[in-house]
Amino acid sequence: MGHHAEAPAESPDDLVVLSVSERNKKVRTVQVSRPVPEDVSFLPALAKGLGITLKHFFGNVVARKDTETIQYPEEKKAYPERNRGLHRLMLRDDDTERCVACMCCPTVCPANCITIIPAERDDKGIEKHPAIFEIDELRCVVCGFCVESCPCDAIRMDTGEHATAVEHRHESIMTKEAMMDHKSIMQPDVLAKRGSLSEAVQGGTGPKWREES
Amino acid sequence: MTTTDWIFWVLDSAAVKWVALVLVFVMPVASLLTWAERRQSAMMQDRLGPNRANIGPIKMWGILHFVADAVKMIFKEDFIPEKAHKGLFILAPILSLAPVFIAFAVIPFGPTIFPNELGSVIYAANPVDTTNAINLQVFNVEWGLIFYFAILTLANYGSVLAGWASYNKWALLGGLRASSQMMSYEVAMGISLMGCFLVMGTLEPDAMVQWQTANPAHWGIVVQPLAFILFFTAAIAETKRAPFDLPEGEPEIIGYFVEYSGMRWGMFFLAEFIEIVFIAAVIATVFLGGYQVPFLEADGFHFGGWELHISHGFVVLMQVGILSAKILFLCFVQLSIRWTLPRFRPDQLMDLGWKKLLPLALFNLMLTALVLALL
Repeated sequence: MGHHAEAPAESPDDLVVLSVSERNKKVRTVQVSRPVPEDVSFLPALAKGLGITLKHFFGNVVARKDTETIQYPEEKKAYPERNRGLHRLMLRDDDTERCVACMCCPTVCPANCITIIPAERDDKGIEKHPAIFEIDELRCVVCGFCVESCPCDAIRMDTGEHATAVEHRHESIMTKEAMMDHKSIMQPDVLAKRGSLSEAVQGGTGPKWREES
Repeated sequence: MTTTDWIFWVLDSAAVKWVALVLVFVMPVASLLTWAERRQSAMMQDRLGPNRANIGPIKMWGILHFVADAVKMIFKEDFIPEKAHKGLFILAPILSLAPVFIAFAVIPFGPTIFPNELGSVIYAANPVDTTNAINLQVFNVEWGLIFYFAILTLANYGSVLAGWASYNKWALLGGLRASSQMMSYEVAMGISLMGCFLVMGTLEPDAMVQWQTANPAHWGIVVQPLAFILFFTAAIAETKRAPFDLPEGEPEIIGYFVEYSGMRWGMFFLAEFIEIVFIAAVIATVFLGGYQVPFLEADGFHFGGWELHISHGFVVLMQVGILSAKILFLCFVQLSIRWTLPRFRPDQLMDLGWKKLLPLALFNLMLTALVLALL
């Protein structure tokens, strides 16, 4: 069987022509390659093949040497840092949302998946906050425009999670509370690295907003 | 006849032994092989394979997949095509499954058990209490291996009838391929065993095991190495599995059971795996010393001048255990070969069977006869 693999590609130039017919030049006697004796018995090839397959078998049984499989629900591969995943709403240091309901993100959203109903906020320097902030993750096209357009760094897509499978469409709508509950939507290590507070100042006044107002 | 006698008489009856053999050893091993094959092939190909089936937290590397498979097949629709020949259609899977089960009767799965001697050492010099002896071979006849060939040939009808009764041209062609292949390789198979018949002077599997003794240098594979290779090759062809799976190749070759579904298909599938176990049992019996543990005689280990006496019960346990181990190892080898070699073309298959295996088997037979005549 190894013989077939090593046989040269059959082009007319490679043929060893033994004789050419006189009546028709196209009729030629060519030399054909016959299998060599050690290939005919198949046994060396079998031994070689078994060697390879059994090496992989025992390597994988003993130590999972070559298997690349990630057993998905139990094992997860971390997404790259700039992956756009589920949305989350960033928090201020008193655990309220940074969002000031400026309506930039529902305006820019190409999929019309963001619903914001603004309400007044007691803090004098901030004026507004969203009473309802919902994102339909089924409609979301994960373009990231909402994050780009946000003047307050209030919405981010850096959770490292993708939208989960749901049984009913309404379950895919994320409420404000869900997006602010970072502990339940993010893996602990991702949350520890990225945090819930934003250092951004522009538009909002950063973590020290109370003193400045 | 006392009650004890009666119990042992029942235990020694062929039906009880055969049912016990099939239910305790053959069926579990064959069903586990359906899982083991997928898992082993996965490991060979750097995949993980089926490892998910579980009952609650009991997972055990996915061993329970065979239960899941059985449940699935039993609850699938039992579909019979409108124009199929119903009687033959139903008969075909039975005909391919039953002969393999029956053929197991000739395999000696252990030595004769003497219930009254279980705790004591059996010395060659002392007389043995043979009352209520249980022979672990179900069907002990002088023509044992002929019986095996005769019965296993019936499995041929299973595949041919499946192809014929399905009223499907591709199934019919698959059945023809299966029958031509099985016919061709049975010849080489039979003749390669003839060498062993000549050397051992018997066709009775238990007598063959006795002849091979506990000394590995006296086993069939050493006495008849060429016959071992030829028989193994022909036997793999007989199970209709890769590299000889032309009658039906799971993903791409439409075979004789294309019209079958559910448990009827499952019977063909199971027959294939039981054949693997059976071929392993025959090879273990004829070529690998059967239930003989190396250097273990009836009274214990003998190695050179060193002796270790073991009671009859433990000897029986070890001998049954080693035969199971040999069979499992041979199953593993067959699965490895199946996932290593690519498939033959039909012409290569016939070429190998008639032009290589058969002449070599005949050569082996004549050489053996010549050597035996000269000795």
